[in-house]
Amino acid sequence: MTEFTPLASLIGGGLIGLAAVLLMALDGRIAGVSGIAGRILPPFTSGRSPLSALAFIAGLFVAPFAVIYASGQPVAQTVSPNLALMAGAGLLVGFGAAMGNGCTSGHGVCGISRLSPRSIVATLTFMATAILTVFVARHLIGG
Amino acid sequence: MLVLINFVIGLLFSVGLVISGMSNPAKVLNFLDIAGTWDPSLAFVMAGAIAVAFTGYRLVLRRKRPLLAPAFQLPAGTDIDRRLLAGAAIFGIGWGLGGLCPGPSFTALGLSAPGVLAFVPAMLAGIWAARSITMPQRALKEA
Repeated sequence: MTEFTPLASLIGGGLIGLAAVLLMALDGRIAGVSGIAGRILPPFTSGRSPLSALAFIAGLFVAPFAVIYASGQPVAQTVSPNLALMAGAGLLVGFGAAMGNGCTSGHGVCGISRLSPRSIVATLTFMATAILTVFVARHLIGG
Repeated sequence: MLVLINFVIGLLFSVGLVISGMSNPAKVLNFLDIAGTWDPSLAFVMAGAIAVAFTGYRLVLRRKRPLLAPAFQLPAGTDIDRRLLAGAAIFGIGWGLGGLCPGPSFTALGLSAPGVLAFVPAMLAGIWAARSITMPQRALKEA
């Protein structure tokens, strides 16, 4: 069980949206994290700015420490201890996001906000397979 | 300058993920578990993010160019093809298995849960692999 947090989630979501707007206003880019992660990997072609992509990811990395420092509270986290499962999940997430040109942030937030039909279809597709995967893992196999 | 700005925007994005609870895979998995311990928080994150980004993009994209870059880099593709659908479907399976997608995986990385430490390198390998085997001109588009 996790606690339903409508207000915190709405506010946190608003900050994510604000970050996406600022990245577009200043750098002209979509705040899609799988695309940004792709820019720190070879091949490094022109216009992909690996350094600013690395800086964005460094910002993602330090945020929980900033929140812990500011609030004095630990950040709640429960991750599966099954390392093979998590590595497999990571491989599928990375491969699928790169193949489908986007993830939860690029398609789910930025693409839907641009009313991109590709992003709307992609988001509905990954929501459906993710819900199905959890159903199979928790209710058919896990029991 | 853009490097520093990308860092600050990544930080803001990730603070949003922490506040909204989305850096915790358990909360994501409970959103996807409609038939079980359902936690609707993720829908509120999406709503908050899309409300801000939808409005903000409309204001920003009226301009000719971003403030600090030569041009907006918007995804050009419009076709809903097999690649988009397969990629999104694969992404969703991985997301449903681990409860992590690219943004939150970098946010959670510093908290050093073993599952996250297994997930992130595998995700980067997956992105690299998908970009290597698919057509380069398509791989350069980001969503």
